[in-house]
Amino acid sequence: MAFLNNLINGISLGSIYAIIALGYTMVYGIAKMLNFAHGDVIMIGSYVCFFACTSGSLPPAVGVLLAVLVCTALGVLIERLAYRPLRQAVSLAVLITAIGMSYLLQSMAQILWSPNTKGFSSILEGNFSLAGGQIVVKYITILTIAACIVIMAALTAFTEKTKMGKAMRACSEDRGAAQLMGINVDTTISITFAIGSALAAIAGVLLCSAYPSLSPTTGSLPGIKAFTAAVFGGIGSIPGAFLGGLLLGVIEVLAQAYISTELSTAIVFLVLIVVLLVRPAGILGKSVQEKV
Amino acid sequence: MDRIVPVPSRNLMPERDLYKAPVLECINLGISFGGLKAVEDFNIALGPTEISGLIGPNGAGKTTVFNLLTKVYQPTTGTILLNGKDTHAMDTAAVSRAGIARTFQNIRLFGSLTVEENITVALNRQFSYSTLSGILRTPKFRREEKAAHERALELLSIFGMESLADVKAGSLPYGAQRRLEITRALATEPKVLLLDEPAAGMNPSETAELMENIRCIRDRFQIAVLLIEHDMNLVMNICEVIGVLNFGRIIAKGTPAQIQANPAVIEAYLGKGKEGKDENDSKN
Repeated sequence: MAFLNNLINGISLGSIYAIIALGYTMVYGIAKMLNFAHGDVIMIGSYVCFFACTSGSLPPAVGVLLAVLVCTALGVLIERLAYRPLRQAVSLAVLITAIGMSYLLQSMAQILWSPNTKGFSSILEGNFSLAGGQIVVKYITILTIAACIVIMAALTAFTEKTKMGKAMRACSEDRGAAQLMGINVDTTISITFAIGSALAAIAGVLLCSAYPSLSPTTGSLPGIKAFTAAVFGGIGSIPGAFLGGLLLGVIEVLAQAYISTELSTAIVFLVLIVVLLVRPAGILGKSVQEKV
Repeated sequence: MDRIVPVPSRNLMPERDLYKAPVLECINLGISFGGLKAVEDFNIALGPTEISGLIGPNGAGKTTVFNLLTKVYQPTTGTILLNGKDTHAMDTAAVSRAGIARTFQNIRLFGSLTVEENITVALNRQFSYSTLSGILRTPKFRREEKAAHERALELLSIFGMESLADVKAGSLPYGAQRRLEITRALATEPKVLLLDEPAAGMNPSETAELMENIRCIRDRFQIAVLLIEHDMNLVMNICEVIGVLNFGRIIAKGTPAQIQANPAVIEAYLGKGKEGKDENDSKN
């Protein structure tokens, strides 16, 4: 029964990783860059929700909505100001800019909201028990898993069915050819950042609800792990991010429970290395064969 | 239309286009990469239903001209007029929307999208539903999706590819990929179609079929076609006007018969005097 409990918690944590990983993977797929500031957008979203609900005493749903709006705008702004001018630059320059942007957001949060940890109160309290009290599940756990499934389904429908979704897939395949078909690549990339950042806000609120502490560095480790999840599943692939996130969360929680809490992060990365040795493009990634 | 500069080569247009305004004009077009002038003093005028060819040895700058016309490169000098409108301020996507479409020497389809999706992506600007209505599946969305689907099948029927609509473009055989690329270019509703080596890798019977198709497309869509090709049989058979490019400059312009008899062209292709046969000739 303890195993089942751990598994549910693992899937819940994995769902959060998956939602964050979707942002990484979409941006990578379309803009061909690693947005290392993504983790810090999560943190900003959490702060917005925290202040809306605690200081503003608004209902949690409004807090989440505000966080989504602020993060969407922030994501688009970051892309416009920091990444778009470097569209033609070498990828290392963009990578370093992204790392710089990450620290900029963290420092701004420290100045604005102090480096001290704040206690985040969950947007959904309470729990229920199953199997005669042997399994206790928090409502927020169920909400997290449900949110992940809904987001995944909506995003799949969006990329498969809508005009903009198809344009995104075309851009991710061949940006130049997409432009020659009349697709506005700048708009497409902006929308990708908007979607990714909106998801980051949701992930941030869910993360802080499950692990109720908030500080300016809250987003960094989950951001790195979600990036790992995206690579794990095959970066650029939406189902890959979903699968990678879930697996990563489950492995982490099970390693914490049965092996060692201290070593759990190391074990996660060990599994990543083993998977990449066997499948260098990730679980669902397309391996690109170079012509010789 | 207020024209600032005279049409430089009107006398070369096919008769039926003679008294119509050219659909595409290049005036003193040029681009330099560092000190290298890749294309220089490039002047052409295409009649609205003209089929023209651009030939020349490898590295002469033919594909560079296509990249200039589609604004993949911004010209260093000169003007491009599309239907009399200067494209100077337009980017690649805007030029595509204004009516220039192209195919590529090395096929650049969206390989993981289906054949139909490759077409509908290019149809995009003709259908105006918003992303929100796409998610909510409003009646307008469904109506337009249906129209886009029908239009895609109609376009695919040009090359008899309707039955392949749900196949991933990347898994099509080579010849079919070339044909799909032309269809995708047509989906953007161009006024000028640029074909970069459309017959590359095709066998003689496929090439013959392609020639027929290019003529059909011109007749059906009433558009101008400008093609780069090394297959002289195709060029001489299908093009009404041919420009010869060498070292980034047009060295000759004329009808196929005039080009075949032009000493400057023979020199560019075969080399001068006793130097013997140029390898470009035997390769292509």
